[in-house]
Amino acid sequence: MLIVRIEPREFDTTSTQGARAHLRVLGLAAVVPLLVSLLLGGLIFLSNGIPPLHGLHAFFIAPLSDRLGLTELLVKAAPLALIACGLLFVFRANVWNIGAEGQFILGAIGATGTALFLVPQDSPFCLPALFLGGVIAGAAWAGVVAWLRAHLRVNEILCSLMLVYVAQLLLHWLVQSPWRDPQGYNFPETALFESSLMLPILVERTRLHLGVLFVVPAVALTWLLLNRSLFGLAISVAGRAPRAARFAGFSQKRIIWMTLLVSGGFAGLAGAVEVVGLTGQLVPRISPGYGFTAIIVAFLGGLHPLGVVAAALLVALTYLGGEAAQVTTQLPYAAAGIFQGLLLFSVLAFGFFSRHRVRFTRAVQRPAGQVLQASANLPANPSANSSTNPRVDL
Amino acid sequence: MTAVQKSFHFLRSGLWAFSATCLLAASFLVAMALVGTADAQEKTKVGFVYVGPIGDHGWTHAHDVGRRALEEEFGSGVETTFLESVPEGADAEGAIRRLANEGHDVIFTTSFGYMNPTLKVAREFPDIRFEHATGYKRSDNVSTYSIRFYEGRYIQGVIAGHMTQSNAIGYVAAFPIPEVMRGINAFLLGARSVNPEVTLHLVWVNTWFDPGKERDAAQSLIDRGADIIAQHTDSAAPLQVASENGVFAFGQASDMRAFAPRAQLSASVNSWGPYYVARVQAAKDGSWESQDTWGGLKSGMLTMAEYANMPDEVKAAARTAEQGIRDGSVAIWKGPLVDTDGTEHLAAGLELSDQALLGMAWALEGVQGAP
Repeated sequence: MLIVRIEPREFDTTSTQGARAHLRVLGLAAVVPLLVSLLLGGLIFLSNGIPPLHGLHAFFIAPLSDRLGLTELLVKAAPLALIACGLLFVFRANVWNIGAEGQFILGAIGATGTALFLVPQDSPFCLPALFLGGVIAGAAWAGVVAWLRAHLRVNEILCSLMLVYVAQLLLHWLVQSPWRDPQGYNFPETALFESSLMLPILVERTRLHLGVLFVVPAVALTWLLLNRSLFGLAISVAGRAPRAARFAGFSQKRIIWMTLLVSGGFAGLAGAVEVVGLTGQLVPRISPGYGFTAIIVAFLGGLHPLGVVAAALLVALTYLGGEAAQVTTQLPYAAAGIFQGLLLFSVLAFGFFSRHRVRFTRAVQRPAGQVLQASANLPANPSANSSTNPRVDL
Repeated sequence: MTAVQKSFHFLRSGLWAFSATCLLAASFLVAMALVGTADAQEKTKVGFVYVGPIGDHGWTHAHDVGRRALEEEFGSGVETTFLESVPEGADAEGAIRRLANEGHDVIFTTSFGYMNPTLKVAREFPDIRFEHATGYKRSDNVSTYSIRFYEGRYIQGVIAGHMTQSNAIGYVAAFPIPEVMRGINAFLLGARSVNPEVTLHLVWVNTWFDPGKERDAAQSLIDRGADIIAQHTDSAAPLQVASENGVFAFGQASDMRAFAPRAQLSASVNSWGPYYVARVQAAKDGSWESQDTWGGLKSGMLTMAEYANMPDEVKAAARTAEQGIRDGSVAIWKGPLVDTDGTEHLAAGLELSDQALLGMAWALEGVQGAP
């Protein structure tokens, strides 16, 4: 019987040869998906009657060639990077918070509620209070997941995902009934904030606001916490070897609580920034799906804070490119979406194959746990690179 | 070196050469594009922001028909672009800004949720004329325009009142905003004008365009006994579900008869083209001014699709209502109007003002599932 085996690639990085081989594979993993997706993208443009090079230029280069495009890139990448930073904590701890979208929405609600009802508008503390409101609301929403997971052993994937829909309906209810703008002809929106409650715009005639800069301390803090603190160590150990974590005295419940609260807080902050920096009011569709996209960003960035920033920029570029290609080449919205999906898919796929190799072999007796059958669920986790026994604890 | 290694080596250097070529080609393209923009011709650039895909065959499709009417009218004197499926959140501003930044002269933003973003961008681009559909805020360079969709709903109600056997009519509704509430109430008023027993059953889908949700909503209404389906969402899905279940329905915003030839009784068809042509003409000759336009059957912004799949006397009743609205002999909003809580919003003998219509947030008694 022919068996497909997926095994981790191993490189002896102590020798020059091994290190070179490693670099070569990494280089290929960076270049090949780019070429593959450029080729596929070209085909998509061609099938829509657009010269491929013209289309690719409109998608990748034109959006970055003016001030508006560059600032839009940052505006779109910022919430993705913020949410993804939070997701690093949970994902590294093997806690699957799929509900960042809901926590983002709650952050927007928290900031709006603070702005409308809690702060006097002339206070110098009002802006920080809005962000605090957003962080607390987002963390609280994730706290529900933590409580269900840690104390009732409810699957966190399901309950975090389902709380997204609850959050969306809560948002609809708030803007349709109690928080509706009294002067707004009964349209489902809150009143616009006073301009003193909005973040300043950094570049004239663009949307680039001060909140985008929050990403810098957020990434630094994430890196410090994950790599230079006991909390970060506990997360890594709990994620890779839950039993070892228990022996080391790290409480599993505590880790679930802490990581989910941090993750919800980051998503909540992103939601607050979106409201305070951009819309200046709560509207029924406050998120274009940032919470879900950030999951892709987290993995695309190799679960590393700096990788997340690069991934957020790349994903933001695909959004902008899709929009720009619509304007300049009339590429249909759906075709832009297909291209975006193919691009992300090929990057993730080649990233996976740079860490694993596929072998076709005849069935032979091997000790269990040494290799994985192709049907196994493999977490796309870079840490699998270094371990001989890839884990399958999904 | 083995042959295999050699060929690998060759392949690798080939790859690098290929990527280098790609880079060169890309930079060449940038240069071409920069040169290309320098000699752009003097023509009116008109941009559109759409909330759905142009293939929704409903709301956005109707706007796109209007856009193409511009191209037919002005030929090479106009250049149109559009962005479809732009969500009504924070990113709407980015989309509008992109069009503004790319030197459009007139920008039409065609969904309610674009109101505040449109005004925000308009403040920073005083030389660009903005036109926002279905909103209520204007400024020096922002006009608003809309259609009295409720007139068509009233006629649909008249038809439904005649055609229903179960006296239960299903209504797939998007968001409880005044525009949708007006449609619901006008529909019920039309139906009750010929059949006082009618009740209207709502399902809210909280989206303008989601064929899956719209389909489920229509099916659940039919399962609960509705024998006519009306919709205030943009896809043809509710109409198709009605057709599959052998009940009647109405198209939305465009004539959707092709999707359900035996189920569509009629459709309110939004005709934006003449308005778009008039406004772009005004921008061209310098007579453009900020204004509010709310046209209906009379001004031709709203038309009814062919009355079909109904007996001749129902067709006649529909035509009478249509004519009556056009010449003013049929008043839709006359009192008494009592809402689901029993509050009287209009006393007998009076007519509702446009101001009251614009802020309508209540549903008439007889509507089930009001927000």
